[in-house]
Amino acid sequence: MSETLINILASIVATATPLVIAGIGETITERAGVVNLSVNGSLVLAAMAGFAAAQATGSVVVGLAAAAIIGMLIALVLAFTAIQLKQDQVAVGFVLTLLCADLARFLGKPFVNIPGPRLETLPIPLLSDLPVIGQVLFTHDLSVYFSFALVLATWWLLFRTRAGLTLRAIGERPETAYARGVNVNVQRFAYTMIGGALVGLAGAAYSLRIKAGWSANPPMDGDGWIALAIVIFAGWHPFRVVLGAYLLAALRAIASEIQRSPDVNFPVVLLNTLPWLLMIGTLMLVSAGWIERVLRVLPERIQRPARAILRSNPPGALGTPFEPQR
Amino acid sequence: MSVPRLLNRAAFILAPVALSLIITAVLIAALGNDPLEVFDMTWTGAFRDSARVAAVLNLWIPLTLCAIGLIVTFTAGLWNIGVEGQMMAGALTASWGAQFLSLPQPVLIPVCVGLGALGGLSWAALAGLLKTRFAVNEIFGGVALNAIANTVAIYFISGPWQPPEGGSAQSTPPFPPDSWLPVASAEFPVSVFMLALVISLTVLVIASLNGTRFGLELKATGKNAKSARLLGVPVTRTALLALIVCGALAGMAGSHRVLHTYHALRPLVSGGIGFYALLIALLAGFRALPIPVLTFILAAILAGSTRVNTLLGVDPSLVGVLQGLIVLLILIGAGVRQRWFPAKGGAA
Repeated sequence: MSETLINILASIVATATPLVIAGIGETITERAGVVNLSVNGSLVLAAMAGFAAAQATGSVVVGLAAAAIIGMLIALVLAFTAIQLKQDQVAVGFVLTLLCADLARFLGKPFVNIPGPRLETLPIPLLSDLPVIGQVLFTHDLSVYFSFALVLATWWLLFRTRAGLTLRAIGERPETAYARGVNVNVQRFAYTMIGGALVGLAGAAYSLRIKAGWSANPPMDGDGWIALAIVIFAGWHPFRVVLGAYLLAALRAIASEIQRSPDVNFPVVLLNTLPWLLMIGTLMLVSAGWIERVLRVLPERIQRPARAILRSNPPGALGTPFEPQR
Repeated sequence: MSVPRLLNRAAFILAPVALSLIITAVLIAALGNDPLEVFDMTWTGAFRDSARVAAVLNLWIPLTLCAIGLIVTFTAGLWNIGVEGQMMAGALTASWGAQFLSLPQPVLIPVCVGLGALGGLSWAALAGLLKTRFAVNEIFGGVALNAIANTVAIYFISGPWQPPEGGSAQSTPPFPPDSWLPVASAEFPVSVFMLALVISLTVLVIASLNGTRFGLELKATGKNAKSARLLGVPVTRTALLALIVCGALAGMAGSHRVLHTYHALRPLVSGGIGFYALLIALLAGFRALPIPVLTFILAAILAGSTRVNTLLGVDPSLVGVLQGLIVLLILIGAGVRQRWFPAKGGAA
């Protein structure tokens, strides 16, 4: 395999990583029945805070921790207002997303375009020596390896543990979970904050690695919305979050390759619309029942397993507050 | 409403506003500026002379158009985040008219503003079709269409609409003066035409929300689409119509930005006005009546902050911070009131 292709594949894995981490975070939150619409603003503010903290202390670990804490705090505000005070989740999330992005621009001004520490590349011994795969998957920084572990751990938690069963129950049928003695709102608080911390780490993965530094036009602005769309595309399943994030990163890599080639006869600016067109396209695919229509033409025997893989139903109680009956 | 209840309500609006101002002041001080100086400069920056009042009105016009439009979509239960892109689309179509139509000025101006409305309307209709025909949530459709509209504008600025001798990627060349909105006077550069248009459209929207069949159908669709459909309200058509009305108003707002504010098309010509308008609509509790006053206050702060930015280097994103804080704290305040201080007697 050619060196260029391997490099492109490796860069797809690297650039998809923040989307994977943020997408998994939001998947956990939404599986618990809470919509955290603040992802985009959280991503931007956590990226700024992570870079600022790392720059001030010279330590990327402090930067990562700061970003995770900021993401968690934003999620706490959302959880308190939406779960405890029962205000409209969409409204709170949307206000937070705008507020945090502006806060990042305002507070980040002293950090615009200055150098700072970044996450180092740490090839994993032995594994990174494997042909092709070693370069593509195991010659990265910590955030990439973290995303691998996170996806597997989340899948394990959701579908193979008792805690995961409860987590899905409070998102699907909170009344039933409550009747079985689960404190629905406390768990929702916890999973919203865990999700927020992950979104914060995703922000740091941008500002400490992929788009290292801070600028007046934050390059990750917009990706939070894409992460939210990936969660829907993924049918709230961690493996399909990875698929969605890698597909999008691949599309971006192709677009930037086209932009770089000298003899292209196409207005390259318009390539920037591709991720958004893909977002609309995939949402049409999963929302409008097209998948169901395709499934129906398949032979009977493939239909059921295919539906199990492709189905995309939101958690039953997604976005609705829960009031225990007294 | 009794006096204690009124006081109770007022307290839960004033306290969040005061708290937001305090937090903002702390943030200003944290970056090494004097908050009182910043607030004072914002005030004089907005109202010191007629030219500054004109600048306030020139922000009030697009803000009010968008916010009034958003009341229509919110009444129908829709989150039209695409309003920003609908402004961009209107700015694009109005820019096309300003550059390529040769008509006498009294005809050209209304045609360009109309083209703006048409552009915004089509962009909103696209979001509406995605929602009604393809079940794409209007929030995601809106965010994507915003980004696409911005990219298309950048494409036109840096491509087809560049002058042959080469120009800037930051702006098209200035439009022919015939397409500039005529102003009241040199000291008071405000378009009377747009002012009259905004006021009459605002009155029209408020009246039709409260006194027409369309208004009733909007409310029914927004409150409970399922029951509305059972009662024979054409829910899909109503939602589509709400988006189209909002898109047309946002498109006119976009045309005002290019035909008056800049006399050219620039990237991000909307200046975030669509998002400010969304927060205003939230602040107004989705009611139309408070809109003109709230947009005026925000327009004054925005106009004043430009001066603060040039003189003290305080980033204009501060206005977004202040407004976001106010809306967030008012939401929290409403929750606290409902939970711990419910009004005694009457429906809580």
